[in-house]
Amino acid sequence: MSEARRSALSRRALVWAPLGLAAAGGLGFWAMLRGMRDGSYDPRGVPSALIGKAAPALSLPAVEGTGLPGFGPDALAAPGGPVLVNFWASWCVPCVVEHPQLVALQRRGVRILGINYKDKPADAAKFLTRYGNPFAALVADADGRAGIEYGLYGVPETYLLDGGGIVRWRWAGPMTPDTVSAELDVLLRRHA
Amino acid sequence: MRALLFAMVVVPSLALAVGRPSEMLPDPAQEARAQEIGRELRCMVCQNQSIEDSEADLARDLRRLVRERVASGESSDAVREYVHARYGDFVLLRPPFNWVTAPLWALPVIVLAGGALALVVMRRRSAGRVVPAPLSEAERAWLARLEEEP
Repeated sequence: MSEARRSALSRRALVWAPLGLAAAGGLGFWAMLRGMRDGSYDPRGVPSALIGKAAPALSLPAVEGTGLPGFGPDALAAPGGPVLVNFWASWCVPCVVEHPQLVALQRRGVRILGINYKDKPADAAKFLTRYGNPFAALVADADGRAGIEYGLYGVPETYLLDGGGIVRWRWAGPMTPDTVSAELDVLLRRHA
Repeated sequence: MRALLFAMVVVPSLALAVGRPSEMLPDPAQEARAQEIGRELRCMVCQNQSIEDSEADLARDLRRLVRERVASGESSDAVREYVHARYGDFVLLRPPFNWVTAPLWALPVIVLAGGALALVVMRRRSAGRVVPAPLSEAERAWLARLEEEP
């Protein structure tokens, strides 16, 4: 290859390299947007720091007026089988979206412990009367401290604990039927 | 235009100042320490603000928690570690160095080294190109003829 041809080639490469880079960047951005739309990519999805660790112990009061029992630290330390811990509130709209999934899980025999986050007991009771009760037991996290113990950053948020009280999975935001069938069912079977 | 700017700049900063004094610790040294800790903790709801700058509920709860722990005499590292253990690396605005964050920290070094390498290679190539080949017999004769011409 002659000198002149080589320099012409590298000059052409100089023109195309930025264009190629921009094209690759655009493609990546497009893939990201597509993933965000169909839910396979969540830029805010931060993995929980608790995965693989013992669930934080909580001693919280039951929610008055719901007629549901509360639960103590033992229920989280050694549940004896897989158990879901669900943070929710009556003021939280996505919780309404998620609720049918919780009710369906409870009907299938999944044990769900509820933590009523920064809510009024009367509102919580009204919510459960209206949408049905999926919880085996329910406690009130009136000031949000239990939420902080779990690294919560919004409601609803759901944690799966195995029989030994180890956190195996966390879902931030409302669980959809897809979430249940694609992720939770597999884990429930594995930790049964 | 000026009114709009005023609304955009001054009003939010006023809103930010509301509700602060009631949260502050009475001891200025402790309050300063709490603020220093809080400025390095990310608000998980807004994600690009520290808990000191954010008005999200969760940020307020964390501010309160930091202040309680500072007031009880806990060291700054212990308070940071308490939040870090629950929210993971992401909560620290200055990420720690570990295997997961190593690529993040190494990236500037890698980019610099790559640039330096590219520079060296380009230098070497162009240096090789400017060394002229010695003149051939015919060229020398032709030059001599040009010089002889009037």
